[in-house]
Amino acid sequence: MRFELTYTQITVYALIITIFFDMFVTKNSLLSTLRFWCSYAIIVPFQLVTNWWLTSREIVSYNPEAIIGLRVAGAPVEDLIFGFAMILAVMSMWERLLRKGGTWR
Amino acid sequence: MSLGLELTQFSYFAMLLFTVTGSWWLEFAFKLRVLRRPRLALTAILPVSFFFLIWDAFAIHLEHWTFDKNQILGLFGPFSIPLEEYLFFIFIPLAAILTLEGVKVVLRKFAK
Repeated sequence: MRFELTYTQITVYALIITIFFDMFVTKNSLLSTLRFWCSYAIIVPFQLVTNWWLTSREIVSYNPEAIIGLRVAGAPVEDLIFGFAMILAVMSMWERLLRKGGTWR
Repeated sequence: MSLGLELTQFSYFAMLLFTVTGSWWLEFAFKLRVLRRPRLALTAILPVSFFFLIWDAFAIHLEHWTFDKNQILGLFGPFSIPLEEYLFFIFIPLAAILTLEGVKVVLRKFAK
């Protein structure tokens, strides 16, 4: 039997896991900080440009059956959630390391 | 071109170059100490990238997304993941950390 799991579903799971991770594992709650949203506001236009580059030139193509079909700047809306989750997770890890000392190279 | 590579094969790589170019200077402009602490940065990045690479491998396997063979360098790592994807999961998170640290410097200036 083929494993039926769409890109859309995975992004939703990843988003939930990442928010949980940020709140309860690294205990940063970055989503309630100004610095996170300012950073995201800077990052998201660049993400839209690079998404557009990758999808309009068809460097990456998406299986229509795996996505919901809504597209932003050429790329599936799922990509934005994917990027959001990755950025949140990495920033959360980084801030956790900084709080634990973070002086080592 | 030499090496048997066509310019179009750098299409994905160009996007990575764009990200690196757009972010590395923040380190120096805002004296960030992110690139100066590569082990710390990689410790934040690699565990997250690990999970996203599993996702990538899974998505490639299920053909959720596919890469145009003519627009990538054609080097593949484990699980048929193109080299560019591995680099993506290092340089995009790094750009995000640089942005966050840059924002923190600016916000601190405003708080004064």
